[in-house]
Amino acid sequence: MKDWLTLIRPGDWLVMLGSAALVGASIPVFWQGGMADRAIIRQEGKVFAEVDLKARKQFAVAGPLGTTLIAVEPGRARVVSDPGPRQYCVKQGWLMRPGEIAICAPNRVSVQITGRTKIYDSISY
Amino acid sequence: MTQLAVTEEDRRVAWLATAAVGLSLVDAAIPSPLPGVKPGLANIVTLVVLARYGWGTAVWVSGLRVLAGSLLLGFFLAPGFFLSLTGTTLSLLTLGLARHLPKRWFGPVSLSILAAFAHIGGQLLLARAWLIPHDGVFLLTPVFAGAALVFGTINGLIAAKLLAETPPSETADV
Repeated sequence: MKDWLTLIRPGDWLVMLGSAALVGASIPVFWQGGMADRAIIRQEGKVFAEVDLKARKQFAVAGPLGTTLIAVEPGRARVVSDPGPRQYCVKQGWLMRPGEIAICAPNRVSVQITGRTKIYDSISY
Repeated sequence: MTQLAVTEEDRRVAWLATAAVGLSLVDAAIPSPLPGVKPGLANIVTLVVLARYGWGTAVWVSGLRVLAGSLLLGFFLAPGFFLSLTGTTLSLLTLGLARHLPKRWFGPVSLSILAAFAHIGGQLLLARAWLIPHDGVFLLTPVFAGAALVFGTINGLIAAKLLAETPPSETADV
């Protein structure tokens, strides 16, 4: 092991560390749309609130069935409770990647995560 | 009838290319979790040749390796061939520049890592431009770059070891 280390010259360490840093830095850049940046809460298709995913916040959105509770935390958001019968949007749990969306259809509320770049999916078309 | 004169240099290139092709076959036999993530063992030969016999010989050996390797593995002129060719061309160009780095500071490990990055970079660009014209190709960039770093380091270490252990049999013209 020791004589292998002698084969690495000082500049080699620099190249290795530099490339490792570059690889690390490339992860958020190339991962779909960058990091989760904002959450868009919609009610009845209209934007109810656009939140930066920076601080801890709670939103109560009123719909035809009752109130949908949405929690926002740094880097993620989720539906905490919903009056809908099947609870799909609640069971989705935390949304943390751009393009992820939880739709509470019965109460007509949705939460969508966006990044720096716009992500398209089949719903967009 | 004219006879082609076979020089010492020709024989050397042929032997080294054979070694590189052999390693390409070993490479192809190693199961890979993802197409494109390969150890690239043949690059060890390229690195040793570059240090011992210079860039020109390295280009010959790599070129022959891509050609013969693709014929043996059956992807000559298939997309994989062009990916291989692009990657090899870019890494050879990178090596052509990087070999001028001060030897005291930068050894085969640096050259290997830089070449590995150039290799995967070229392949990704070709894949984006030709095979999968969608930016989704770049989603796996961190994975490919990570693999390039790991395998580049390992190959560079092996090349450095080979260069340190075996004294040059002929005068190097670097």
